[in-house]
Amino acid sequence: MSHILQVEAVCKSFFNVRVLRDVSLSLERGHILGLVGENGAGKSTLMNILGGVLTPDSGSVLVEGRRLALRNPQHAAEHGIAFIHQELNLFGNLTVAENLFVPRFPRRRVLGFPVLDNKTIQQRARQLLELVGLGISTDTLVGDLSPGERQLVEIAKALNVDARILILDEPTTSLTNREAERLFSLIERLRAKDISMIYISHALADVLRLCDEICVLRDGCMVAHGPKSEFSFASMISLMTGQNLEELYPTRQSRASNEPKLEVRHLSQRGVVKDLNFRLNKGEVLGLFGLMGAGRTELARMIFGLDSHAEGDVVIDGVVAQNNTPHDRVRQRVAFVTEDRRQEGLFMEASVASNVAAVALPAYSRFGFVDQDHFAEAVTRVGRSVGLSASALLSREVRSLSGGNQQKVVLSKWFLAKPKVLILDEPTRGVDVVAKHEIYGLMNRFVSEGGALLLISSEIEELLGMCDRILVMRNGEICDHLARPEFNSERILRSAFGAGALP
Amino acid sequence: MLRAAGNGAITFALVLIVFGSISRHFLDSSNLINIVVQSSSLAIVAVGMTCTLLTAGIDLSVGSTMFVAAAVAGKLLLDGSPASLAVVAALGVGLAFGLTNAVLVAYFSMQPFIATLATLFLGRGLALLITQTRSLNLPDGFVQFGSRRILFVPLPILAMVLAIGTIHFILSRTSLGRQIYAVGHSPSAARVAGINTRRVLASSYVICGLCAAIGGVVALSLLGTVSQTFGSQREFSAVSAAVLGGTSLFGGRGKVFPGTVIGALLIQAVENGLVLVNADPYIYPLVTAVVIFSTVLIDSLRHERFLKASRRKIRLEDVSLAS
Repeated sequence: MSHILQVEAVCKSFFNVRVLRDVSLSLERGHILGLVGENGAGKSTLMNILGGVLTPDSGSVLVEGRRLALRNPQHAAEHGIAFIHQELNLFGNLTVAENLFVPRFPRRRVLGFPVLDNKTIQQRARQLLELVGLGISTDTLVGDLSPGERQLVEIAKALNVDARILILDEPTTSLTNREAERLFSLIERLRAKDISMIYISHALADVLRLCDEICVLRDGCMVAHGPKSEFSFASMISLMTGQNLEELYPTRQSRASNEPKLEVRHLSQRGVVKDLNFRLNKGEVLGLFGLMGAGRTELARMIFGLDSHAEGDVVIDGVVAQNNTPHDRVRQRVAFVTEDRRQEGLFMEASVASNVAAVALPAYSRFGFVDQDHFAEAVTRVGRSVGLSASALLSREVRSLSGGNQQKVVLSKWFLAKPKVLILDEPTRGVDVVAKHEIYGLMNRFVSEGGALLLISSEIEELLGMCDRILVMRNGEICDHLARPEFNSERILRSAFGAGALP
Repeated sequence: MLRAAGNGAITFALVLIVFGSISRHFLDSSNLINIVVQSSSLAIVAVGMTCTLLTAGIDLSVGSTMFVAAAVAGKLLLDGSPASLAVVAALGVGLAFGLTNAVLVAYFSMQPFIATLATLFLGRGLALLITQTRSLNLPDGFVQFGSRRILFVPLPILAMVLAIGTIHFILSRTSLGRQIYAVGHSPSAARVAGINTRRVLASSYVICGLCAAIGGVVALSLLGTVSQTFGSQREFSAVSAAVLGGTSLFGGRGKVFPGTVIGALLIQAVENGLVLVNADPYIYPLVTAVVIFSTVLIDSLRHERFLKASRRKIRLEDVSLAS
């Protein structure tokens, strides 16, 4: 029973705001420690301290019993700590082999000049890829890999520098289920090799499944730390939030009407979707479930005019759409929150106010001039919903907000344009429980005010909790259709996998 | 990036066919060698430029560096110094400009565009001071350097092959080279990965400055004179050559060989062809514009096809029917 890593009474403040208060934890050799907490609870700060990115104000970090003052990421790496970031730090324009050895390439001397030792690089790279179970050529450009494969390359990179402590920050957010399974089996294999890990995730089921111990951070304090057996799904949530969130999905009083707002008729595109038909009524939440690659996102993009379709019609408010571009859709008061918040949903470096202005500005203009007062009032209203003061709205970059607040900015941006139809693609991905609850509240308000909502999600629980009806897609086709009384997660999964409706 | 270099090659072939069919002499071996000789200076400068473009930077001062290097070398030659000393002095000028840009960009974090724009003016001013705004006409002895051959290879071509070979080797086979690509792709990721990004950035500007100086000396050996417009606007030709060869202005993508070299040959071939067909000098820039437009157009058309082809296919049975 030896502790490979100990953190003792670490404190950290930014601009006089306490982010971590007397946080202590310990990690045993060959164990996996799950770290859970809401966004903004201090998980990232704590991990950045372990990874050498930040230095603590007080307290200490001990690796194998030795007190260390970690100065920078390289220094942490020298002591066997590898931090696998949420945003992977790989170079898409370099090959897999090259990525494994940046920044220190094995070199040999040719005529006295240091030259890359390609033979060693290739050999070692093949061994590492085999170790993580990745059957690709070492000369593949990382830009051509799927997110899951990149994750494995990142882990291989850590193993290359003999890391004994791996910090995995939300490793599954961009992975398909199958890729996640592959990652989990790798994690198990690494544990068997006595590599210790800290596993940070919002996917509490994964944490319960993988980890030996669990600790919970709330508002910068360690509120619980113990073996897995002491925790349950419900206890983790109440520890994280400090309250009992029994009703994660708020109930909706309003009822769906029978007035179609969005209709899709015989929508087809060769190789993508085939003969899709459905209607979405006023005041209704229609769920869309399917496995990764079933065509859900593609369908949403076609409805919104981002991708073209070969046959079929999109009918909005009873009118068959003639032109299919996002510009037309915005004018028809359709809104689309994409699954990729960072790339497609927000201008990360711009202020909250500029982001909010992106869609709705024309609606607040007269003869091309912006009605400043009117617009400022609207922006302030948005600010209140995400908990930002008026000045912060103008000065804070969206990048600096938590995932949940970023998503609320995206939603607010679209709500300002007063949409009639709202399409949400994975709206609560990477969002903590409390923010989720708030987002569900926003969705319900939209629907009860007469909006029509198409909700795409990979979380069955979320669909069961929020929807009036659920469509299941598989292989580019709608393969099942359930109304609320017949909701049944097993049936949904069976349909999605193509296992048929057999008992 | 290979795809993009391919576009340069396509345009290059088109240019050869068009001028070859208009002028009988265009495809003569002597004229083809002439094109390579004439493009040597630009190719060397453009190869250095590629290094800065790969880091998502730019060096606008290359034309001025050529000017100062040639002016210093010319002055020394006229004073009776040996050619070797003149070349070393020119290289010193290139090193000085490269280091200045490197410090401004890498250590003072100035925008490369602005920093090197300043050194562009600095260089022009210095060179005009050195030359007293008069043209330096070199003795015939030095001009013969430009036409001298070693093992049947004209000296400028030899210089070009050496310079390009060295840079190509650095970029593809050394740690520094691969780090230049990494920094260009994502400076923040490079920093997290433990790359000394400042040193990598600085190196690319030093390489570029040295290449500009060599290009200046080669141009001097071909022209035999340093006029007040020496090297003027060469920065744009160099950027064009790199981009025609498939280098991305956003960094991280591009190759010196064959990419940039084809770009430089392409630009020179167009110029040479226009001279041979006795075209009105005023239309030269127009033709250059057409060449750049068409290369980039081919690229974006091919890119669109590529995007369509790589769009995710979900319904397998339909795909098999379609193909």
